Amino acid sequence: MDFDLMITSFPKLLSATVITLKLLSASLFFGLFIGLLFAILRLNKNPIINKFAYGYSYVFRGTPLLVQIFIIYFGLGQIEYFRSTFLWVVFKEPYWCAIIAFALNTGAYTSEILRSAFQTIKPGFIEAGKSLGISNKIIFYKIQIPIAIKQSLPAYGNEIILMLKGTSLASTVTLLDLTGVAKYIISTTFKPIEVFIVAGSIYLFLTFLVHNLIKFLEKKYSY
Amino acid sequence: MELLYFGDNGWGDELFIATLMTIAVSITAMLIGFLFALIFTPLKLSKYKILNLIGNFYTTVIRGVPELLVIYLFFFGGSGAVMYVASIFGYFEYIEINAFITGSFAIGIISGAYSTEVFRGAIQSIDKGQFEASKVLGFNKYINFFKVIMPQMLRLALPNLSNVWQITLKDTSLISVTGLVEIMRQSYIAAGSTRDPLLFYSFAAVLYLLLTFISMKFLNRLEKNYSRGF
Repeated sequence: MDFDLMITSFPKLLSATVITLKLLSASLFFGLFIGLLFAILRLNKNPIINKFAYGYSYVFRGTPLLVQIFIIYFGLGQIEYFRSTFLWVVFKEPYWCAIIAFALNTGAYTSEILRSAFQTIKPGFIEAGKSLGISNKIIFYKIQIPIAIKQSLPAYGNEIILMLKGTSLASTVTLLDLTGVAKYIISTTFKPIEVFIVAGSIYLFLTFLVHNLIKFLEKKYSY
Repeated sequence: MELLYFGDNGWGDELFIATLMTIAVSITAMLIGFLFALIFTPLKLSKYKILNLIGNFYTTVIRGVPELLVIYLFFFGGSGAVMYVASIFGYFEYIEINAFITGSFAIGIISGAYSTEVFRGAIQSIDKGQFEASKVLGFNKYINFFKVIMPQMLRLALPNLSNVWQITLKDTSLISVTGLVEIMRQSYIAAGSTRDPLLFYSFAAVLYLLLTFISMKFLNRLEKNYSRGF
């Protein structure tokens, strides 16, 4: 066991953790909006719209995240027309490609979580709101959304942890996140176990934090 | 489009073989995962705190650490570990483990952690009366487990096991970093030599979708079969 290596690699891995956290928070932020949008589309009565939303979540949940990143990072750059649009500024950066792929992926899972949360709301709550003469908009924002948040918290907590692990794939498109730096140190020193212990502990610490944050929120939103 | 044809000019046959490789790795990994689950589920359900601790350590660490990191550990550390064990027995030559074994072992350990949780949950949700009844009837431990507990457990575990299968199938794409030629690696090679990444990665996505679609159809039928009478 090479303890010196563990100590010297710790600060490097810690600074790479910042990138991991940036990727995670950005993709969760955008993913939540995408998820909410598609959850609402899924609940739409128009069959074309809800089939479309179902197809979206089916495709993104049925294929590996690695394929999605590669299509966005390597694939889209191939289209000549695409390169001439202003979007190219965003899509030529591996950082943004990773965030877009992660956001689309987590959005698909989030839409499923939110959809089932909306569907399990007892109709009585909505009826009660209606009979009190509250407008549909306010019923949605003040009754359905808070209940849906509470219902979906445990599943969303799992999704955050899955996404945290998912950010490790950013290392495949040249980003130096926690896993990327860990791989770099392993391939230069050939001491996989030591680096794995340090990097793994950082990941475990982060999952532990997320786990407790969700527990705290669950308590706060319970009724 | 002719890039996907079978034969010397197209990548169709290569991708077909790569698909078979993905299926082979997934099944091997799933089976290795079952072996791990077979060891760690009893530990997690044991009366002894220390055994519980070992079981929990396994599932917590593996489920909390990215799959890619576990794969790197095995990829870079695998042959070192085997050589270390071999050196104890007096063998000092360089040993290289093939990518298939490293890959399916790494994915197997990950899928094992998920399977362990599934089996634990399934056993815990079996009615206590079932255990007591089989004791009262004087069944020995083996008949109790294989004829009473196991059939009930499988029914409860199957829906979640098909989720584990989906996760395992998708995780195999990560083995491509070790150089094993499965769908992802083959698409990478094809994309590199034809400069047509969009086509090949999209096609890889279609292949994965097909695999998940077909296996879900199959597993749903299996679930129906196991829940007859309920």
